[in-house]
Amino acid sequence: MSTTARNLTEIEAVPDLPVIRIVREFDAPPAQVFRAWVDPELFVRWIGPRSIDTTIDVWDARTGGEWRYTSSRPSEGFSMGFWGSFHEVRPDERLVQTFSYDGGADAVSLETLTFEPLEGGRCRTVATSVVETIEIRDQILVSGMDTGVIEGYEKLDELLREQS
Amino acid sequence: MADQLSRAFQALADPTRRDLVARLAADGDASVGQLAAPYDVSVQAVSKHLKVLEEAGLVSRSRDAQRRPVHLEAEVFDLMTAWIERYRRRAEERYTRLDGVLAELAADDEEEGAAS
Repeated sequence: MSTTARNLTEIEAVPDLPVIRIVREFDAPPAQVFRAWVDPELFVRWIGPRSIDTTIDVWDARTGGEWRYTSSRPSEGFSMGFWGSFHEVRPDERLVQTFSYDGGADAVSLETLTFEPLEGGRCRTVATSVVETIEIRDQILVSGMDTGVIEGYEKLDELLREQS
Repeated sequence: MADQLSRAFQALADPTRRDLVARLAADGDASVGQLAAPYDVSVQAVSKHLKVLEEAGLVSRSRDAQRRPVHLEAEVFDLMTAWIERYRRRAEERYTRLDGVLAELAADDEEEGAAS
């Protein structure tokens, strides 16, 4: 496996719109990245950090389908449900979902994800989240679960070790 | 802490206030008159904008000096940048894990290819 330059995650919070945009490149073609997003078995392997268990409750990845998963940290008695709909599933190109979490029903977010092919079998994803107000956007930016940077890298190291 | 940051984000949702802040960042402290000069609005209107920025903790005005220059509170910006960076880092962690999954998928495909 060759060493590639690190794919940096870019974030943009458009100041006067309730929008957060995240851009990222991957060393895999759009079809593969898309698959990792819609295949529930693959999805649970990367969506949450090691200390959080993610269980899929409902997963119907087609246009008009619904999804729901529960994230929990049993040692702390922490558990939270996330749910929404697959508004549009256009294989390898575009995925549009709504996103809500239990206890935050008014903070629904519309998540549009596009997969753009790049040279060399790579892919760029643009994830755009739109919420109702700038206040909700800012709450999302300043809150959230702190997962710890080290843990993320540990998980990556493990995955890389498994293949070598 | 989160409330202060929300106020700061909200104060910066206005383009005139963003411009005021950008000029303070580039040129340093300035009086209200100096800040109002380039705009086609009254000094009072600019004062109102500055009051919002002051309440959000983004600028301060010295009480003693007669011209009461407006001063940018750089630490608040550092804080905002830090929060956005923290959010970005969480996304980065998630995507780094996705990188790992994608690398495994590629390895699996290669194996299948070699076996057939």
